[in-house]
Amino acid sequence: MHAEYRKDLFADERSDDFDVVGKPVIRQDILGHVTGRSKFYDDHAFDGLLHMRCVRSPHHRARIRSVDSSAAERQDGVVRVLGGRDVPVNTNTLLSLINFGRDDEPLLATGKVGYVGQPILAIVATSVRAAQEAVDAVKVDYEELPHVLDVEEALKPEAPIVNDEYPNNTFDYFDTYDHQKLRFGDVETAFSRADHVVEGEYQMSPIEQAPIETCGAIAAPETSDRITVHTSTQALFFSVGVTAKQLDISSARLHFIGGTVGGGFGGKVDSHHEPLAALACLATGKPVKYMWDRAEEMQVGGPRGGERWRIKDGVMRDGRIIARAFTGFFDAGAYTRLSSYAVQKSTGHLPGPYSIPNVASNVYCVFTNRTPSTAMRGFGITAVDFAIERHMDKVARVVGMDPIELRILNAYRDGDMKAHRREAKNCALIESCQAVAHKAGWRLSADAARASSKTGGGEGASGVIPETVTDDEGRIGERRRSGLAPEPFSGQGTRGLLPEGHSSNNSSAFGNAPQREDMEAEIERLGFKGGPGAPPTPRGPVDEAASGARPTVPGETSRPAGAGGGPTLPAAYAQRPAGTVDQSIAQPPAQEPAAAEVESDSATTHFQRGVRRPGVSRFISGSRRR
Amino acid sequence: MKSPVTFRLNGSETAVFVDPGANLLDVLRRGCGDLSPKYGCGQGGCGACTVLIDGEPHVSCLVLAETVAGRSVETTGGLSNGPDLHPLQRAFIEGFAAQCGYCTPGMLMAAKALLDRNPNPTRPEVEEAISGNLCRCTGYEPIVDAILEAAKQRGAA
Repeated sequence: MHAEYRKDLFADERSDDFDVVGKPVIRQDILGHVTGRSKFYDDHAFDGLLHMRCVRSPHHRARIRSVDSSAAERQDGVVRVLGGRDVPVNTNTLLSLINFGRDDEPLLATGKVGYVGQPILAIVATSVRAAQEAVDAVKVDYEELPHVLDVEEALKPEAPIVNDEYPNNTFDYFDTYDHQKLRFGDVETAFSRADHVVEGEYQMSPIEQAPIETCGAIAAPETSDRITVHTSTQALFFSVGVTAKQLDISSARLHFIGGTVGGGFGGKVDSHHEPLAALACLATGKPVKYMWDRAEEMQVGGPRGGERWRIKDGVMRDGRIIARAFTGFFDAGAYTRLSSYAVQKSTGHLPGPYSIPNVASNVYCVFTNRTPSTAMRGFGITAVDFAIERHMDKVARVVGMDPIELRILNAYRDGDMKAHRREAKNCALIESCQAVAHKAGWRLSADAARASSKTGGGEGASGVIPETVTDDEGRIGERRRSGLAPEPFSGQGTRGLLPEGHSSNNSSAFGNAPQREDMEAEIERLGFKGGPGAPPTPRGPVDEAASGARPTVPGETSRPAGAGGGPTLPAAYAQRPAGTVDQSIAQPPAQEPAAAEVESDSATTHFQRGVRRPGVSRFISGSRRR
Repeated sequence: MKSPVTFRLNGSETAVFVDPGANLLDVLRRGCGDLSPKYGCGQGGCGACTVLIDGEPHVSCLVLAETVAGRSVETTGGLSNGPDLHPLQRAFIEGFAAQCGYCTPGMLMAAKALLDRNPNPTRPEVEEAISGNLCRCTGYEPIVDAILEAAKQRGAA
């Protein structure tokens, strides 16, 4: 029996005499907003309030040789200079509170910096101006190191290590997997019998949430030995937990007051202001405010992560999509924060709201020397939805079909089996498409106009979990049993995405069975993106023994392709396409000369990088570690 | 060396000591305790700190506090007359013209300057009047509607 939308789920709790929808209801907080009396965190006044400003990295990646704050400490109004060693637990990751991921991000950097704007020292002074003048008086001696700003560059073996906790530049799921994987049916077989194979690449740039109220917190001592913290946070209990952890004090001593947020959109969950303000409060015994100015909000505030997606569809002449494969790269920036979760979320969203009998995806959470990204309105979903829907339009063009009818034809119907082994319920894409077509005066065929989410679902194969290939260890995936020849990659349907002379990589430095194409990051397919100036990378012989040691000074032996000519900030940023790039429309980037070199690379040193921790599964399948 | 500045704040004579170079936003918020103007950018780009000086809208983060000596400053904090809300405030409430509320005080001041000068503005005139005020919750349409509604209500009153 099909579900009657959500009403039946709450049948005991709700009656149908709703009288709110469609009628205006006065917001309970709006009187404060229109009279200017709503108390945002900065609307709490304290006598003797101190102000905090941070010394920040001007480099994407550098070693800190020395920090000299002696002149700053002597300046008028300076009360305290705090560094990483003053933080009881300096390293944290936001999701450590739910045991997800390793602590990888210092509150105040020590030894090295990984992105422009990373804080190194926090200076507390009697005024913002005094704090800023002290910041300007701090001398930091940096040794600039090569950096990487592109997700696929970061996956190359010669890329610098961005984050020492994750030396492969990918987040390790459950300390084992370097990507999130979805397998449903057998895409390769389906591609071979499809009438068309349609490929596309799509990209969404990082986006700053840009709330009008900048992030910040005020921490003030209470007479009861507690600390009161007024904060702009969107995640009050994250902030309490992180502050208690990093200050190594009981959360019973923390009295957090939030809730009135001057716009957040995801950008106020990172919980960096509260621990620093509270630490300074403990260190000085005075109320301390740590507030970003607008420039910091834009430069340092974690944005929506950039994403790059490649989609390959197998389509029949009548428009039925019989296979869809994804390769996705999520740009976490220099530290994890919430990007690991965003990748899980995006994987859970595939293949979009369509009933496709064969689905495969590999999605990577990649570290680069960009500002660490964080939550923003549907992060992990928005970019791949953009990619999927652009791709649907492309498929419609290839098969010569109305794009709305293509969606109606392939839409989930109630009872269809989703790639996640859950039955589709309460589907409404068909009805949404029909409503949109109607509103837009778009003529649909009689069949499409008659279609319904409630009929035709779960019929035949669409209602069952197909046989899904497993590997020798019984895990889902297509890890090739030894002795099978790799299937050649089909370039059909692409325009110039495949470099000349490409052949699939079927070797492995560690001798385990090579995997099929769709298990890999596909980085060879696009060649170097750094342009003709990308220098050939010096590389030595494979040294497996050496790869077991954690590097103490990461990555200075190599430089990223494209960073060749002494990277400066604007030029380095300019390498990356701004805005969303739809490769299906835009001309693909000129193929770089390094394609052939990448080939030899994959045969020799492709897998030498990375730390093989004890107990790590051979199943890790990324191109950097096998 | 602080210097004394006296001006009218929402109709009341006010005296405050200010640092040289202090901006009006900081002086209103910290010196006078009027927290209704908000800091958004400190660069005159967002309009959250908009106040009226002798009836004209200004971004107070870019106004030197000493320059308002002897002048009249109005903020959202003084917009209502006791419990009686200004027509703009009522229209904002009834028209859902605020989400997070952080841009609202600046929006109200920019709108008040318009209605004081032009009691019956057209929609493009309203849009022009708040073009210096950013709302990141994307609520411009209800804000424009509310300002037009307030003008209508005031005309009827």
